[in-house]
Amino acid sequence: MIVGEQKPLEELWESIKDHKKVLVFGCNTCVAVCQQGGNKEAEILASMLRMKATQEGVEIEIKDSGIERQCEHEFFEKTEEDVGWAEAVLSTACGIGVQFMAEKYPKPVYPGLNTTFLGAVEELGVYTERCQACGNCKVGKFGGICPVARCAKRVLNGPCGGSTNGKCEISKDVDCAWQLIVDRLKLLDKLDTYEELTPIKDWSTDRAGGPRKLVREDVQHDS
Amino acid sequence: MTAKTPSKLEKILAAGHYAVTSECGPPRGSDPAGIVEKAELIKNHVDAINITDNQTSVCRTCSLAVCIRLKTMGLEPVLQMVTRDRNRIALQSDILGAAHWDIHNILCLSGDHQSFGDCSKGQNVHDLDSMQLLQTVRQMCDEGKFLGGDDIKRPPQMFAGAAANPFADPFEIRVPRLAKKVKAGAEFIQTQCIYNLDKFEEWMQGVRDRGLHEETAIMAGLTPMKSAGMARYMKNRVPGMDVPDEVVQRLADTPKDKQAEEGIKMCIESIERLKECEGVRGFHIMAIEWEEKVPEIVEAAGLYPRPEV
Repeated sequence: MIVGEQKPLEELWESIKDHKKVLVFGCNTCVAVCQQGGNKEAEILASMLRMKATQEGVEIEIKDSGIERQCEHEFFEKTEEDVGWAEAVLSTACGIGVQFMAEKYPKPVYPGLNTTFLGAVEELGVYTERCQACGNCKVGKFGGICPVARCAKRVLNGPCGGSTNGKCEISKDVDCAWQLIVDRLKLLDKLDTYEELTPIKDWSTDRAGGPRKLVREDVQHDS
Repeated sequence: MTAKTPSKLEKILAAGHYAVTSECGPPRGSDPAGIVEKAELIKNHVDAINITDNQTSVCRTCSLAVCIRLKTMGLEPVLQMVTRDRNRIALQSDILGAAHWDIHNILCLSGDHQSFGDCSKGQNVHDLDSMQLLQTVRQMCDEGKFLGGDDIKRPPQMFAGAAANPFADPFEIRVPRLAKKVKAGAEFIQTQCIYNLDKFEEWMQGVRDRGLHEETAIMAGLTPMKSAGMARYMKNRVPGMDVPDEVVQRLADTPKDKQAEEGIKMCIESIERLKECEGVRGFHIMAIEWEEKVPEIVEAAGLYPRPEV
């Protein structure tokens, strides 16, 4: 899922303080799972901003609302009234949702979150990156562990010389992806495949190829 | 082994001599005086001089420019090249740039993570990794082709090397990892600084068991310790470094004003011991900001005079 982290209140306040009517708008799927941008979090954020407005002595009306997903057209059907009322929207969706919202309505839209990564829920409150959407998945070759997302140097023939006690050279809190890969290959009795050189990667399916688009003609609506 | 490039380093190794290299870091400014002076200090005692590529991710004059400087002084540079800062266009272009100046040695590295340096908020590139850079160099030299497949007019002639860290984890893939670098095209290896000689010898046993010492020229890396403080720093703060407690202790037990001398002595002892290790073909002496000590070490270790080839 997409993981996000709410921006500091001060930064959010700076972005909305010159408007008179602001809608804090939640997105109730990915960023709700990590409890940062769901409709409930939008509601809490709206009340915090109202308190901030009172403290600052600024007159500003702040409402909250939300939908299931800000990245799909159909969910926006019932947003006319709320968004229509607002002068500006503070969206707590990921960067995708924020942009979709901006495309829908000709009014200022501000991001409420920093979209951090594509990750997993390790445990309640702990999320870790697992994928960088490079567009050409080779995880099967690496024992089910992605060196592109999980090695700080995205080394495809690792580990580099900085791996110590299973940790990455950048931090003792970061696992060395290649230690994990080697451990997994051992577990799967595939350590002999370690010596196969991973060829130079085609990054054109990554952001190197420009903004990406997937078209499935077979499932498109007849128009 | 017969030399196939004009590299002096390759010729010395091919002739069966121990090779001796050292390294210099380019300046954090544009004045060439310092690096010229460092090179002058060591030029008669080493066969080639590695020029580091923004080591520890701190911005410096580029490696290639300093390698060209050494060429103009009639010296033999080893161009260090990391994959951190340049994509495959820039890497190939710089390899050609080096070949343009008849630079014939290259060391392919991934580079320290940028978070260690003075641009910790910058991007890293890692379009290729160090093994893929080796493959790129070898393709450009041996096949005379760019990665894109087009022919290169006057292909580069490079003696291609890589680093090996016998001490990094996981230890069980340290020999297979060398095998992989050899497969990728590494003709010489310069190792991480060796302080744990037992562990290095264990690694070399594994290397010999697979005959890898005959497929690539392994040069043992050494850095003399200046003080007990430096030993502690290397032990605790430098990623992938293995400094045994007895090394730190020996320096700590030495009076402060004699620690540097003791460090040099330990370095010379290591070289003597490593000469007995089958498969060690040379020594890479990295005297960090202490280049003036290289001649003394080389002479005391019986590696002087350097052979003519």
